[in-house]
Amino acid sequence: MIEDIEIGELRTLCQVIQEKYKYDFNNYAISSFKRRVIRFLELFKVPNMTVLIEKIKTDPAFFKTFMNELTVNVTEMFRDPSLWRDIRDKVLPNLFSTQETIKIWHAGCSSGEEVYSMCILLKENGWLDNVKIWATDIDENILAKAKAPKYNMKNMFEVNEKNYIRYGGTGKLSDYYKEEHGVAHMDTSLVSNVTYRTHDLVKSGIFNKFDLILCRNVMIYFNQQLQNEVFKLFHESLFNYSYFIIGSKETLIWSEIAGKFITINQEEKIFKKVKE
Amino acid sequence: MSLQNLNIDKSRFKAVVIGGSAGSFQVVTKILAEINPGFDLPIFMALHRLKHVRNGFVEALMLKSKLNIVEPDDKESIKRGIVYLAPSNYHMSVELGYKIALSTEEMINNSRPAIDVTFDSASYVYKNKTLGIMLTGANKDGAWGMKRLKDRGGFAIVQEPSECTIDTMPTAAIKATQVDMILHTSDIIKVLNSLV
Ligand SMILES: C[S@@+](CC[C@H](N)C(=O)[O-])C[C@H]1O[C@@H](n2cnc3c(N)ncnc32)[C@H](O)[C@@H]1O
Repeated sequence: MIEDIEIGELRTLCQVIQEKYKYDFNNYAISSFKRRVIRFLELFKVPNMTVLIEKIKTDPAFFKTFMNELTVNVTEMFRDPSLWRDIRDKVLPNLFSTQETIKIWHAGCSSGEEVYSMCILLKENGWLDNVKIWATDIDENILAKAKAPKYNMKNMFEVNEKNYIRYGGTGKLSDYYKEEHGVAHMDTSLVSNVTYRTHDLVKSGIFNKFDLILCRNVMIYFNQQLQNEVFKLFHESLFNYSYFIIGSKETLIWSEIAGKFITINQEEKIFKKVKE
Repeated sequence: MSLQNLNIDKSRFKAVVIGGSAGSFQVVTKILAEINPGFDLPIFMALHRLKHVRNGFVEALMLKSKLNIVEPDDKESIKRGIVYLAPSNYHMSVELGYKIALSTEEMINNSRPAIDVTFDSASYVYKNKTLGIMLTGANKDGAWGMKRLKDRGGFAIVQEPSECTIDTMPTAAIKATQVDMILHTSDIIKVLNSLV
């Protein structure tokens, strides 16, 4: 059993990572960051922080493993089904009423379930050829999984399919994957308009402009100061009168850009940019 | 247990954490119905709940509650006298700087929200000024969190197992650490009201 980690030790860890690998975790939320580090120490039987920091300094392969475990990749298809109904019935019809093609960014897409949810929704409504999608994450390893998805069948039944049914899709979720040995191989033709790439919200900056950005359950791992910076990046990356969707328990009311957005749906956390 | 010699220093506590699962809804309803409306510590509640039912829980608890109950947004500032209920499908932590932090980390003992997470993070921030209360439940979630709370000098109360709908959770907490009191609901309420 690992004893408590001191804040000072976490700071040192962040410094070492920043110097050697150019990732900046200084402004991640302490509560979850600390839990992830303790979890890693236990999982990989690292006796204490001094050993961890030393290994990270000297062993890039070890750091990669550490990065994988540090990020929280837990995700679902059609998480918050009622949000996806709103995307289908309000957000997308509104966007398509004035333009033929739209650009979507899934920031922090993890293993890609959110992207597949979007593509299934688009396909069922005849919009799939009218979008270009960018799906990004800081974690290379999880992006590789997103590109060639093999989802666990138990999860598929217990989480994803239940969400899909609550959302009210027109088909069956099993129309979109083939099962082999307890694993669901997703139909990758759904994502032929998706570009997957690594992107670090902390430092990579703007790379395109979008009509719809989803960044759900990513910024909850950041402190408020960093959230504020990332909100500015999203504001900059959106066309005027385009949509921004965050996690169901996130908020931007206190941030610098709050006044440049209007709330479309408070419950589902759908916002619209109305000011440059 | 007699509460006469209950010599709890009023100013000793800064926060209350409550955990529960099966059967705890009634107990929490009773506690909140009978708590002194002037109760002025923050209360963090991690109760196991249905994942897909996002709404209605707070409303149901609010019907009789003397205190305001919220399902906080991430990084919401913590205020006195407010009950913070962990939202469905999120773990709820206390973040340094007295903010709430939510997370979608893996389930713990099949639970999200997990009581362990709330108890651990609250006692990390409030240290020996944390009062932990473990209610009825059919799971061992919370036992580890209660141990962390005790290790940091917090005060541990467990609901009397014979009064519980399912006593797995209080029993696990009692096994995991040296709890300070084992009480019936009515006495838990007395303890809370003695802090006002
Ligand atoms: C919990 S998942 C969210 C998945 C999905 N959006 C959802 O709501 O289910 C969080 C993701 O954010 C990513 N992430 C964390 N820090 C990041 C950063 N600085 N830049 C980009 N992605 C980041 C993690 O790698 C992880 O895959």
